[in-house]
Amino acid sequence: MIKSFIARLKQGHQTGKFPHKDPVMPDRFLGLPELSEGACPETCSACMDVCPTNAISHDADGLRLDMGRCLFCGKCQSCCAEKRISFTSQHDLGTFTREGLVRTAKSGYSYDIQPDKAISKLVGRSLKLRHVSAGGCAACELDFNALNTLAWDLARFNIEVVASPRHADAVLVTGSVTKNMLLALKKTYEAVPKPSFVIACGTCAISGGLYADSDQTCGGLEEVLKPDLYIPGCPPHPATLLDALVRFMGKKPR
Amino acid sequence: MEANFLTLSNPGVAALGNLPVVPLDELRRRVIINVNEEGWCVSSFFGVELGGRNLLICVLRDDSSSKLHLLGCEVGKSYKSLTAECAAFHLFERELRESTGIEPAGHPWLKPIRFNADESPDPGVTDYFALGGEGAHEVSVGPVYAGLNESGHFRFQCVGEYVHLLEISLGYQHRGIESMLVGGPTKKTLPIVETIAGDSSTSHAGAYCQLVEAMSGMQPSKYAQMIRGIAWEFERIANHAGDLGALAGNVAYLPTRSYCGRIRDDFLDMTACLCGNRFGRGLIVPGGVGYDVGKARAQELIARLDKVVPDLENALDLMFAEQSVLDRFKNLGAVSKETAREIGLVGMAARASGLSCDVRTHLSYGVYGEHPVEEVVLNGGDVLARARIRYDEIRQSLSSLYLLLSSLPEVSPCVSATRDISLPSDTIGVSLVESWRGEVCHVALTDGDGRFMKYKIVDPSFHNWFGLAMSMRDEQVSHFPLCNKSFNLSCCGHDL
Repeated sequence: MIKSFIARLKQGHQTGKFPHKDPVMPDRFLGLPELSEGACPETCSACMDVCPTNAISHDADGLRLDMGRCLFCGKCQSCCAEKRISFTSQHDLGTFTREGLVRTAKSGYSYDIQPDKAISKLVGRSLKLRHVSAGGCAACELDFNALNTLAWDLARFNIEVVASPRHADAVLVTGSVTKNMLLALKKTYEAVPKPSFVIACGTCAISGGLYADSDQTCGGLEEVLKPDLYIPGCPPHPATLLDALVRFMGKKPR
Repeated sequence: MEANFLTLSNPGVAALGNLPVVPLDELRRRVIINVNEEGWCVSSFFGVELGGRNLLICVLRDDSSSKLHLLGCEVGKSYKSLTAECAAFHLFERELRESTGIEPAGHPWLKPIRFNADESPDPGVTDYFALGGEGAHEVSVGPVYAGLNESGHFRFQCVGEYVHLLEISLGYQHRGIESMLVGGPTKKTLPIVETIAGDSSTSHAGAYCQLVEAMSGMQPSKYAQMIRGIAWEFERIANHAGDLGALAGNVAYLPTRSYCGRIRDDFLDMTACLCGNRFGRGLIVPGGVGYDVGKARAQELIARLDKVVPDLENALDLMFAEQSVLDRFKNLGAVSKETAREIGLVGMAARASGLSCDVRTHLSYGVYGEHPVEEVVLNGGDVLARARIRYDEIRQSLSSLYLLLSSLPEVSPCVSATRDISLPSDTIGVSLVESWRGEVCHVALTDGDGRFMKYKIVDPSFHNWFGLAMSMRDEQVSHFPLCNKSFNLSCCGHDL
């Protein structure tokens, strides 16, 4: 017993300072992409050629990067001869609309579109989630589980993953929605008391990601249920996840 | 006898024409003798259509000679199953039948394993084993869970409190990876390989890169190999530490659960320090590594290790000295050495049952040739052994990490992640990597244009799910979380 007290003293206090202080991101972290203004040379397609998920394109209006498809691999950034694409270290990427994920040179901050006031009225004080893993690689699950450790201590924000859909306010979906999980996903959604919300976590859930074209998946959640919150990333960093959830509750206005 | 196999090292490549194609009787005889008596293991077994013929290809791992042995066999619509004589083939043959339609005649249980979406039955609405009689009842869980877990379905046939039989039915995460890789390599191939199983991203990326490097004759630099080794060992420690914390949580020993959860996060952050991604994505690319790791970064990582290692040891020592924890772990979910051998268990679960099977030692690849690791083998095969082996492997990985990090040069060069890869035509290649969970096996066959005609992936979970089912026999249902976590297998790695 005494040993566990000593250990407690040794281990100290390890929980991050979010939301009072922004988390320190790794120096190589690729976050919110910034695109330069103006049109690209018509003949250049270097970024499109390397993008594994066709997330980037350009036309007369300039570059467009869809964070809902992006894997944040940074290949477009490194192959652009004119350095028109740069991934910043900004981690807060979640949006409340699908369109909000599409970046152009003119897009402002992703949270310029605020969540519906009605949402924070319903879940502003506590957000209970039911999770459905609908195909993917489980990295989203692993990084969400990181929030439950004392490094992030999710319970501080009254956000909890609950053991029954009847107790939930929202369905948290990860994965590209495999056809084999469709029935379970629909049943889960129907079992959540209304009004309820849908959260798309990770690029797979938003757009199908790498599996958008597979005949074994539905190509993302959009085809099945309309998400109320989109959290991009492959997988989203725990800081991105937490920030998006807290904002969804209306707790962290910019 | 060996001359009749195609014998390769790891990774190994050969012209498809050199693969011996023997009659079924001969394949059966040679394979069964070698697996049952010589201690060879089934790394991969699959079917491929080649010029209108159905070809079965068997890849066997021989630890005593550190070689891989391949054998082909032409069959029609049906052939005599190997499972009755050699149980390690049981899941391979079910998968073969599901993906190619070739019928392994005499197989005891040909239920689909991935439930291809275009065919019936569907997962969850299929037939299951059932048990009748007084006191018999059924408990079923999944595919949706109370916490954040992958989707799988478990059905326990119980007599009273005790599990008579556990049926594990997966397929919910089936994304069609193997068929998406056909026609590659393309710009999507590596990202897809990295998402076979998120917690083993660098291991699968490593297996793929080794394979295409061997096939195309690319030679990654010594330092690139070292950086790969660093990523693999970070991955191993992060997962082992996280699982030990979860095991502590399962027996309500909260101190270790809390500390290990945070410590796992620290190791993922160290991987992110290498390449920006906590799962090491984009780090391992064909030809080398996508990010340089110079002396300064290596020093930073060593400093971080110095800070977190005492915390980790403290957290683990605490748990392994706690009698109430050890009492719960001991003798629970035991898989005997004979059973492990028979069903073809791999990785740390097999080593916890006394089998020696570490690919890093027996078929060493990459950095492990120059910096060998000593294999950890324990006896018992119970939850305690599967917990202890993780602790021992963590210690070993830590010493590898310190060694590798301190031998990195001032600057280590990286290669472009977007370079084109051209593969030779009509070639077969095999590559094995020991992920934290166990043996990852990738086999590729190219067509006349040097494109993948077949890309076969075997995640360690594929071998080991049946081990979990065996460990639950005659245990209480309430022990399932603990047994499950002690293996911590991947649904997506199995379902592909």
